[in-house]
Amino acid sequence: MNIDSIHNGLVLDHIKAGRGMQIYNTLRLDDLDCTVAIIKNVKSAKMGKKDIIKIDEAIDLDLDVLGFLDQDITVNVIREGKLVCKRRLCLPRELVNVIRCKNPRCITTVEQGADQIFRLVEGDAPVYRCAYCETAYAPGK
Amino acid sequence: MTEANPLRHVDVRLRHIIDSRDLSVEEIDLLLRTADDILARPAEYAAACAGKKLATLFYEPSTRTRLSFEAAMLELGGSILGFSSQDSSSAAKGESVADTIRIVSGYADAIVLRHPKEGAPVVAARHARVPVINAGDGGHNHPTQTLTDLMTIHRELGNLEGLTVGLCGDLKFGRTVHSLISAMVRYPGTRFVLISPQELRAPDYVLEMIRTVPGCSYEESQRMEDAMPALDILYMTRVQKERFFNEADYVRLKDSFILDTRKLRTAKPGMIVMHPLPRVNEIDTRVDQNPHARYFEQALYGKYIRMALILALLERGGVRL
Repeated sequence: MNIDSIHNGLVLDHIKAGRGMQIYNTLRLDDLDCTVAIIKNVKSAKMGKKDIIKIDEAIDLDLDVLGFLDQDITVNVIREGKLVCKRRLCLPRELVNVIRCKNPRCITTVEQGADQIFRLVEGDAPVYRCAYCETAYAPGK
Repeated sequence: MTEANPLRHVDVRLRHIIDSRDLSVEEIDLLLRTADDILARPAEYAAACAGKKLATLFYEPSTRTRLSFEAAMLELGGSILGFSSQDSSSAAKGESVADTIRIVSGYADAIVLRHPKEGAPVVAARHARVPVINAGDGGHNHPTQTLTDLMTIHRELGNLEGLTVGLCGDLKFGRTVHSLISAMVRYPGTRFVLISPQELRAPDYVLEMIRTVPGCSYEESQRMEDAMPALDILYMTRVQKERFFNEADYVRLKDSFILDTRKLRTAKPGMIVMHPLPRVNEIDTRVDQNPHARYFEQALYGKYIRMALILALLERGGVRL
């Protein structure tokens, strides 16, 4: 299968196999007019299988959101058809309107216009807590 | 007792008081010394807030907290305005906390907020142009109750370090317990004994708070009698009906941990029993006359420490933007 290489844009590499579509949706890449390719289950020496997303435009990507979703993703920046830098990701200190507080007693469940803000609490196991009620974010619950 | 108005010589920059952790140990010490001075020389403070207004916005019923704030402001020579239930405010029409706070910021020099939803004071602080004091947000924080508790310990035991603090009852939903723990972990050598039924254990984030501080420790117990001999303080809490999602759980657990004079027989001579009040039946009324009981004094100290807090906020932090 052939996917054209891109001239100016981004390649999100080392996405865990099967998570490409989630990354695509969370980053709202469907809003873009340019060519976007999601390549699933690419053979990888390091990961066995991986997903890749290619974006054929030099967009301003929210690396905080991407770092929160998966720190192991590599962001390759392509200019004039050449790789100009590889960006490594880390957990952002704050997430605004990325995840929602699940605590039914939290003010964000009733207050109109309140941003959903989560802050990283460092520790042995880093965790995100709601900036309002301190409820920990538990993925998948 | 202390020099005239201890706040005068120190640059305390109090802003919003949302969580007891918003105050440093030094700032708390300063408030305690100010409250000591107010107790010793009340007449000196009788006009300290003359011309200032305090808004008390209570979206949820309260007797002690609201009245002690209002009494505190009145005794400082200031005025009060506000509402005492959600039904008597525009919240009943669906107004957001943010909008209410924006409006009240123009009417008052400081705002005291109680709200049933956790984190409501954070929303308020983001939109307020005057200091906001959290007077309780759901089961979350209640920092001025914590100041009241610290004031009681300071007055009755003379120091805040190296104490063994027993916390008994509803440790899951009890906001006073969470706030007190977050404040007491900052005093070296504090040891907590958490006495509760399994269903009402302290949440993980509270336990994590104790675990991460060197020198502080906790143990959990399901029997008050076992813990009693080691305690310097026994802090009782009410099992609050409004914090439960179903009545059956409430009925099953509400009488689990009742203090009576018999259980106090093994207590140290200087141990004090505290309670944020209101009490329902978790402390037998015969304990009221017991020399260990301090919960009515505690409620009174609350007024003085709130006076000190209002004074500090209005003197140093009450800058209108």
